[in-house]
Amino acid sequence: MWLLATALAALVVSALWYVDAPRDRYKLGFLSLIYWGATLMWLVDHVIAYAQEGGPFFEVSADATALGLAVLALGLFVWLVRLLAADPKRVLRAVLKK
Amino acid sequence: MACFVAPAAAAVVTTVVQKVVKNREGAAAGTQGCKTACKWTQRLRWLNTMLWGGTALLALEHVWHGEVVPWPPFLTAMETPGAVGPMLWEILTYGLTMTAVIFAAWGIMVGVAELVERKGRTASPGEVESEAVAGGE
Repeated sequence: MWLLATALAALVVSALWYVDAPRDRYKLGFLSLIYWGATLMWLVDHVIAYAQEGGPFFEVSADATALGLAVLALGLFVWLVRLLAADPKRVLRAVLKK
Repeated sequence: MACFVAPAAAAVVTTVVQKVVKNREGAAAGTQGCKTACKWTQRLRWLNTMLWGGTALLALEHVWHGEVVPWPPFLTAMETPGAVGPMLWEILTYGLTMTAVIFAAWGIMVGVAELVERKGRTASPGEVESEAVAGGE
C-alpha cells in the first residue's frame, strides 16, 4: 500500500511541478524526486519479493495504509524544511527582520 | 531487513562527488557563479535527492516494521547471529538492484536533459523558452 501511496504522490507532485516548469519556485521538483526515489526503490523491493516468495504484490491493510501516510508525511516534512530554509517569498526573512 | 544501506552508501559517495564537481564548476564559472554554469552540479543534485529521499523513506518503513531501532547495533538482524547472513544477502540483492535502478532512472533524466539542451542550441530563442525543461531542483 505504501508503494501505491508514494507512486501516486510522485505522479501528482510531478504534475504540479510541471504546471510551473521550468520555474521551480516552491521546490516541487525536489519533493517529486524524493517520492520518485522511494517509489523506484519500493518497486524493486516488491518485484524481487514477489518473484522469490510469491503472495500478493500489494499489502492492503490498515497498517500498510498508515505506513503509506507516514512516508508521505515524512516526504512533505523534508520538503517543507527545505522550502522554509529557501524562503522563496521572503516571508520568514521579513518576519525575522522586524 | 536493511536493503536501504546500499543506496545510502551510494548517496554518501555521490554527495561527495557533487561537492567536488560543484567546486570545479564554480571555479570554472568564475564571477558568473554557479547559478547559470553548474549543469552537472544540478544533475548530480537530482541523483542525490532521489537516493537520499528514497533512503529516508525506506528507513522509516524499516523503523515501522521494527527492523531498525534507535539503539546499537541499530539493525535488529545484527542481534541474532543467524540473521546476519540473510541481511547481507538482502543488501546485496535488493539494495544493489535499487541503487542500480535509481542510477538508470537518473541516466535517462540526464539523457533527456542533454537532448533538450542540444535541441535548444539549434532552435530559435523563442522556441527554447517554450520548450525548456529545468528538471526540478
